[in-house]
Amino acid sequence: MGTDNSKSIPESDRDTLARRDFIKMVGGGIVVFFAADSTAGGAQFPGMRQETDLNAYLRIAQDGKVTVFSGKIEMGQGNTTALAQMAADELGTALESVTMVMGDTDLCPWDMGTFGSMSIRVYGQAMRAAAAEAREILLALAAERLRKPKSRLGIENGVIFDTEDKTARVTFGQLAQGRKITRKLDGKAALKPPSQFRIMGKPTARLDGVEKVTGKAKYTGDLRFPDLLYARVLRPPAHGAKLKSLDVSAAQKIPGVTVVNQDGIVAVLHADSETASKALAAIQSEYEAQESALDENTIFEHLVKTAPQPRSLDPRGDLAAGEKMSETVFEETYLNGYGAHAPIETHTACAKMEGGKMTVWASTQTPFMDQSGIAGALGMPSESVRVITPLVGGGFGGKSAGTHVVEAARLAKITGKTVQVFYDREEEFFMTAYRPAAVVKIKSGIDGSGRITLWDYNVYCAGDRGSEQYYDVPHSLIRTYGSAMGGMMGGPSQHPILTGTWRAPGANINIFAKESQIDIMAAKCRMDPLEFRLKNTTDARMRRVLEAAAGRFGYKPAAAPSGRGVGIGCGIDAGSYVAQIAEIELNSGAVRVRKITAAQDMGICVNPKGALMQMEGCIMMGLGYTLTEDISFRGGRIFTSNFHNYRIPRFSMLPEIDAFIVKNDELDPQGCGEPSVVPVGAAVANALFDLNGTRVFQMPLTPERIRAASRS
Amino acid sequence: MKETIQFTLNGKPTTIEVEGDRTLLWVLRTDLGLTGTKFGCGMGLCGSCTVVVDRKAVRSCRLPVRNVNGKDVMTVEGLAQGDALHPLQKAFLEYGAVQCGFCTPGMLMNAYALLLQNPDATRDEIIQGMDNNLCRCSAHTRIVQAIESVSK
Repeated sequence: MGTDNSKSIPESDRDTLARRDFIKMVGGGIVVFFAADSTAGGAQFPGMRQETDLNAYLRIAQDGKVTVFSGKIEMGQGNTTALAQMAADELGTALESVTMVMGDTDLCPWDMGTFGSMSIRVYGQAMRAAAAEAREILLALAAERLRKPKSRLGIENGVIFDTEDKTARVTFGQLAQGRKITRKLDGKAALKPPSQFRIMGKPTARLDGVEKVTGKAKYTGDLRFPDLLYARVLRPPAHGAKLKSLDVSAAQKIPGVTVVNQDGIVAVLHADSETASKALAAIQSEYEAQESALDENTIFEHLVKTAPQPRSLDPRGDLAAGEKMSETVFEETYLNGYGAHAPIETHTACAKMEGGKMTVWASTQTPFMDQSGIAGALGMPSESVRVITPLVGGGFGGKSAGTHVVEAARLAKITGKTVQVFYDREEEFFMTAYRPAAVVKIKSGIDGSGRITLWDYNVYCAGDRGSEQYYDVPHSLIRTYGSAMGGMMGGPSQHPILTGTWRAPGANINIFAKESQIDIMAAKCRMDPLEFRLKNTTDARMRRVLEAAAGRFGYKPAAAPSGRGVGIGCGIDAGSYVAQIAEIELNSGAVRVRKITAAQDMGICVNPKGALMQMEGCIMMGLGYTLTEDISFRGGRIFTSNFHNYRIPRFSMLPEIDAFIVKNDELDPQGCGEPSVVPVGAAVANALFDLNGTRVFQMPLTPERIRAASRS
Repeated sequence: MKETIQFTLNGKPTTIEVEGDRTLLWVLRTDLGLTGTKFGCGMGLCGSCTVVVDRKAVRSCRLPVRNVNGKDVMTVEGLAQGDALHPLQKAFLEYGAVQCGFCTPGMLMNAYALLLQNPDATRDEIIQGMDNNLCRCSAHTRIVQAIESVSK
């Protein structure tokens, strides 16, 4: 990956050189570096790390301030705050003493990207190990300086003291003074147990809150440069369309406009973004579109027909035997169309070439992948490309892809100016790597006592996340057909448009299908859906979240349909367990969700305030894929263009959300940014069935689909 | 053609020479360096560009700058008095109504105008009045709580 022109230098020397550079850049003090062979650090995508990664996790400066370096980015999920809490607590200093540097490829350790709810559970735990290591270094220095045994020393608020004589004390700053200590993380220093947490586990307000409410927060598009040009890039009218003819003369006549037609990019640039947009509109172009009959209705048959041989997961028993054991067999098909991420900040990148170095500020979830991408596209060594990630205005998986970064870099190189590329809203809906359309086919069976005997699960083109078996089924097989991310990650794709990752990729349709099927079986044997689930799972964490949600909701058992409009959904995602109970009504044929009670077991919870905000956000966002969001297209043409025809959740859809955390300090921190989005579709669909016996098999659950289903 | 446009911006008399058909949004962001006001959709559908003109919430992405001639314009940068945050800003922080923060300036300005018009807005009135401001992080619960706390 990327270009490494330093192969001729022996690795140990390269280490030293790069470390010397790093120290020069950030100053002296105590610095803990990553080591590839450490268990903590190596946990993150072993083998994919760049060899040139020699950056540090953290530095304690000579004034006692701590800087933590993370290749993760902040897009609203609050990882900056939680990571600072982890560092401060593990070191024994105040939260205010910690500064986070996020997503800067020159300063931060290599990172694959901010997705999969991994900031805390993967990077955070490795960084905590680095902080624990630094704490041991500080304790050793303090023992020497105070002439006390290390075992007698305590740490509080950046001060190390003798627990038997508190007048003997020394600050982190005093210890770091005049030092240049560097350490490779070996992961041997023990992490603090939850009983010793002082900052972790406490509800903590966002560290970036004040700048965000005062308008001072800087996103990529807010950066100002004296020579800044806004670039608008010509897009085809349909995906896959080829440019036939181009006339830029009218655009060229607009004063101050620069037209670029080079390296496969047609772009217009101007110091005023609206003039750039006008120039774009003045370009005359003709395209040859590939005609395709595929649209949002015919896509599902296409996906099943063209699917390659499946990959089998977690085989248990024998499906034929399971069918024989079953008293009743259920065969159902579940569908979900394409979805868009629709962050309020559209994809934006700003690039500047100076002295042979390309610096790109980008609204991205993957700064290091972008660095490699730019280096490859421009034929530059990776070290000559720096990607800096300012605050990101929402990502949801959509900013793991995009053309903006390379386009800005190319245009900056071509024009010699600082160039900003940003998508307008229609472009954002056109250019996003869509959540893939998906088909799930399930054949399941129960015996006469309401035990699940058969589970034959087939998911097409959405991926396997969320399909894991957590029910005790003797004869079970999960098969995944085709790629969810063809086009984005390479490899063949059955999707006619670019698809990628959308918050908890694949899990939303998988949990919708699976948990709907569970309710269908429960209804057949006239059993309460909660009782049916508990009867069929011995998974202790799942039972605990289900029971906790039911208790909090005041759930009364009843077989569905009970007429109440109450439904359950549960799932596992990113190591966390979630259970939700939805209560709905129908309002002029449309689902109106009145309440959602949500339980989440996420292991150690670093910031309960931030975690609840993520849970609530997941639930409210989940109502969008459940009820309203669907991409309309034909062939490569996308008809969805703005928020009037892509209805994302808004205030009038807001239910009462009662989210709470099921404490589990026995377990390391698990994911939080995605888990609570996964059961929303199932909980709402099951609540609709409970209300009036209508079962809808396709999301979103629109009034038309509800009407059609209630007639059948 | 350039026009002279005079207005009050965050309490200060302001004169600019610009093409009058440019939108207020981009004049604020580019010419006046006030980047708190955001571009979101360009069609007045998301509310992230909301500013307050003569005490009313306005979508600045659709408003020709010449239309503010002689008027009073307030952006998110004008909400705090020096270091003293406006009660709405404080409430957004306290209730955790901010995630990615990109819609926040528009939310604050829309809520500010809403409470100017209706200082005792009920929860239902707040929901109705904020309905055309979109938040993709979906922090709606806490945004409503924050505005309610200032309204009461």
